[in-house]
Amino acid sequence: MILLTLYWSFFQIGLFSIGGGYAALPLIQNQVVDLHGWLTMTEFADVVTLSQMTPGPIAINAASFIGIRMAGIPGAIIATLGCITPSIVISLILAYVYYKYRGLKTFQGIMNGLRPAVVALITNAGISLVLLAFWKGEAFTADISKVDLLSVAIFTVALFILRKWKVSQIAIMIGAGVLGLCIYPFLT
Amino acid sequence: MKKDIKFYLKLFASTFYLSAFTFGGGYVIISLMRKKFVDQYQWIEEKEMLDLTAIAQSTPGAIAVNASILVGYRMAGIPGALLTVFGTVLPPLIILSVISVAYTAFRDSVMVGYTLRGMQAGVAAVIIDVVINMIRNVTKEKKPFPILLMIIAFIAAFFFDVSVIIIILVCGLLGAISIYYHSHTAKKGDKA
Repeated sequence: MILLTLYWSFFQIGLFSIGGGYAALPLIQNQVVDLHGWLTMTEFADVVTLSQMTPGPIAINAASFIGIRMAGIPGAIIATLGCITPSIVISLILAYVYYKYRGLKTFQGIMNGLRPAVVALITNAGISLVLLAFWKGEAFTADISKVDLLSVAIFTVALFILRKWKVSQIAIMIGAGVLGLCIYPFLT
Repeated sequence: MKKDIKFYLKLFASTFYLSAFTFGGGYVIISLMRKKFVDQYQWIEEKEMLDLTAIAQSTPGAIAVNASILVGYRMAGIPGALLTVFGTVLPPLIILSVISVAYTAFRDSVMVGYTLRGMQAGVAAVIIDVVINMIRNVTKEKKPFPILLMIIAFIAAFFFDVSVIIIILVCGLLGAISIYYHSHTAKKGDKA
């Protein structure tokens, strides 16, 4: 029974979170804290923190975390499946429509408008990440002393390497993590 | 392209690998997918990848999950989509299941904090690298309409926090109008 409830809860979270990422937060909170009481508000805040510290979309992270606490490994799998079911169905329908009609003029027009918009949205996300890294996650201010200089240095070196040579992005991220682990302890 | 076991393994492994290392939200994984599938494997064209991103963005659910489904479908139909979506959700499923056992220790660990702070700067560099390439691709065609649209959409998102859904709807609508406007003026030109 708990598996069914988990599936249905996360199905709704998957279905109603449009726009990705933090848009899903209030929905997750509503289902797991308010409606079912699976987590306290503090535990929910912990899940959000963990999500920022681990890879993967926040809704999937929440599904795995809550699923495993409520019903072990099957719970984690069922909650995750519930979360991705709407995505699978809707994305497949849209993919079918896209590949069937992308020759149409109106469709091409719409896509011509969407492509630059997508580039703008990714640029926006990228700049937000840079600000977040430089100002240690605090609000961005004009105060230069609040800037995390090591973060600026890692960013600059990493970007230089990426532009100059063909290196794996994963290697860059791991390298940046190792630098952080080795140097930050001496700075604080 | 030969669709043998090796191809399916490569498809699964690349989504699994990208998902396992993607910190910082949906757009980061899209940037990585673009680099892998467009630049490295050359399985998908640049424009098509942007189209798939726009669809992933407008569909309910996590962007990373939607994008992986679309890429999988593009490469190998419904079986491909199922393969890539499982490749994408398995890493967080495994990692969170392991962490949930001792999550307070992980959350409060200073070492983890330092590593993540370093990684944050690395992730920022990776996404900016991709952003530079994408902006170049838009500007190199030297058409004023997409460049203008890109600038306006950026200003709306960055400075005015306009919702993503509104930006997508307005830009799609403007794109549809512009193609009819263009063909209308082109026909007039033919008659003259």
